[in-house]
Amino acid sequence: MSKKTLYDKIWEDHFVTVRDDGSSLMYIDRHLVHEVTSPQAFEGLRENNLKPRRVSSILATPDHNVPTTFRENDLDGIEDPISKLQVLTLDENCNEFGINQFKLNDLRQGIVHVIGPEQGLTLPGMTIVCGDSHTSTHGAFGSLAMGIGTSEVEHVLATQCLVTKKQKNMLINIHGEVEEGVTAKDITMFIIGKIGTAGGTGYVIEYNGEAIHSLSMEGRMTLCNMAIEAGARAGMVAPDNKTFDYVKGRPLAPKGSLFDKAVKYWKTLPSDEGAIFDKVFDFEAKDITPQVTWGTSPEMVVSIEDSVPASKDKNLIDALEYMGLKPGTKIKDIELDQIFIGSCTNSRIEDLRAASQILKDNKISKRIKRAIVVPGSGLVKKQAESEGLDQIFIDAGFEWRDAGCSMCLGMNPDQLDQLQRCASTSNRNFEGRQGYKGRTHLVSPVMAAIASLEGKFSDVRDY
Amino acid sequence: MSQISNIYSGKGVCLDKANIDTDQIIPKQFLKSIKKTGLGPFLFDSWRYEDEGFLGKELATRTIKKDFVLNKDAFSQSNILITRENFGCGSSREHAVWALKDFGISTVLAPSFGDIFFNNCFKNGLLAIQISDLNIEKIFLNQSEKSPIDISVDLVNQKVFSKNLFTESFEIDPYRKNCLIEGLDEIGYSLKYENEIEIFEKKVKKERPWSLND
Ligand code: SF4
Repeated sequence: MSKKTLYDKIWEDHFVTVRDDGSSLMYIDRHLVHEVTSPQAFEGLRENNLKPRRVSSILATPDHNVPTTFRENDLDGIEDPISKLQVLTLDENCNEFGINQFKLNDLRQGIVHVIGPEQGLTLPGMTIVCGDSHTSTHGAFGSLAMGIGTSEVEHVLATQCLVTKKQKNMLINIHGEVEEGVTAKDITMFIIGKIGTAGGTGYVIEYNGEAIHSLSMEGRMTLCNMAIEAGARAGMVAPDNKTFDYVKGRPLAPKGSLFDKAVKYWKTLPSDEGAIFDKVFDFEAKDITPQVTWGTSPEMVVSIEDSVPASKDKNLIDALEYMGLKPGTKIKDIELDQIFIGSCTNSRIEDLRAASQILKDNKISKRIKRAIVVPGSGLVKKQAESEGLDQIFIDAGFEWRDAGCSMCLGMNPDQLDQLQRCASTSNRNFEGRQGYKGRTHLVSPVMAAIASLEGKFSDVRDY
Repeated sequence: MSQISNIYSGKGVCLDKANIDTDQIIPKQFLKSIKKTGLGPFLFDSWRYEDEGFLGKELATRTIKKDFVLNKDAFSQSNILITRENFGCGSSREHAVWALKDFGISTVLAPSFGDIFFNNCFKNGLLAIQISDLNIEKIFLNQSEKSPIDISVDLVNQKVFSKNLFTESFEIDPYRKNCLIEGLDEIGYSLKYENEIEIFEKKVKKERPWSLND
């Protein structure tokens, strides 16, 4: 029998048929839906007199447009009428088609990629899609999770299948263990710095090695979240006991003997010894340091110990100009205006615990004009409050907000002012992403916390 | 699904930048739209205008950046976009494709594309063609400030060329090609396989019942 990778196995177990034009139909187990990329898909269904094929596979929530303050006002709290209409449209579509939705005022509402795993909707060996590129997050459970466009959302709703072609297999090994203070975020940014934002295009990445399996489930989610920034539609980590323990007992996870049966299947999923990958990268964990992006693409990243690079490349020169930086400036000398802790990359309970540990009994720098923490879900928020983390953030000078995407892309009012510079735990430093002419530096939660205290970047390992 | 002609000639405009992400093609504030149309005026919004745009902002009230290539009279009618590697990386927003189409772009030439964007193109009758760095470079070296570059695409024979400059054969998945030429209804096509989908679901119900969740 030929040796298979984790991806090969999931592919085979979800392969429905080959259409006569040569493309394959892949069966989709779970479909997450949010307000931004779904309205046109539902409209398409209506125009063609179609209905979702398997409503039980879908979970919807509004996250991109939602305000992170005054949530008690529900929909009336959304000031922008166009945002409000989009959230209302999701309500209407879910009502019409009988789709389970965690609405704006539901305690379980949050960023789609946070609530899927939290609810036990995300399980190993599954195919999961969402009209959102960071669906790769769910690969942390050893599932095949991919972002899709709106036409594909409509297609999956109507057929429960995705028209697709098999991708190539890539393996990225991180050998050994990372130093204390170096997090999953640093690992994933380090990889992007090495292979580039197009390095994984056409591949499904499997992450392996001691440093990867030492990561908590939260850390693995952070890692896989940014597979898309490396160009790969999906990133994954083989499921192990940590995965099973995390899943067990969650509301939508299988229970009792069904759970045992599932675990038995999940244990067959890891790549076979000797399985062939089309491309393999090996990195040493000890070479990974806390990472900070300096430019307008996630691959424009350096170590906290480094300086802003000099280059003759037009793209790099443009990026420096946009970011208002000069080559040779030490990363540690870059001064900040805002701090954002949140997003589907880093808004889970573990992220909030790590950041709050640094902030405890400290105050943010006077230089910082605003620092906000946005938990990934209402349940993460509640958990953090029960541990007293909210008070630590508030005492340090942070604003404690309600769940949503928030300043990761600023579709709601949480945005940078023009030319403001932000240390952000999100995943994209694209031009204007966090606000028109705003400047984003991507970092881990602990690096963002320290930056808030110092008013500039600083090395968490010296702390 | 919109159709595309088998052979056509177009006016090419060059955008000399690598890794253009979908946030640049259509910034976030325009994703609030619940329609697929009307996004053309906001294509590359922050590169095209001095002021920050929003949905519904009247064009007459806006200040355009005169030196941005799509704002130059000679290029405003271009329908082929030539650009650098990894075009359309980042977010999955199909709005990026809708905006390009609405502006009038029917074809994009680049050495490589973001994966999700590439997929989205074909679902909307936008032809994304991967051509060599070498020929992209040739086009950039020969572009003129004053007029667009003539480019022809022969979809049936999978050739793209510009007289006296280059000819290149390109790859395209047969199913994507078919979709473009026939203007197929993709969902209708897949629904022909409903029987196979049902058989598959029955198998899953037996083997992995937890994954059906019902
Ligand atoms: S938090 Fe940011 S990256 Fe994640 S889904 Fe929301 S907008 Fe996208």
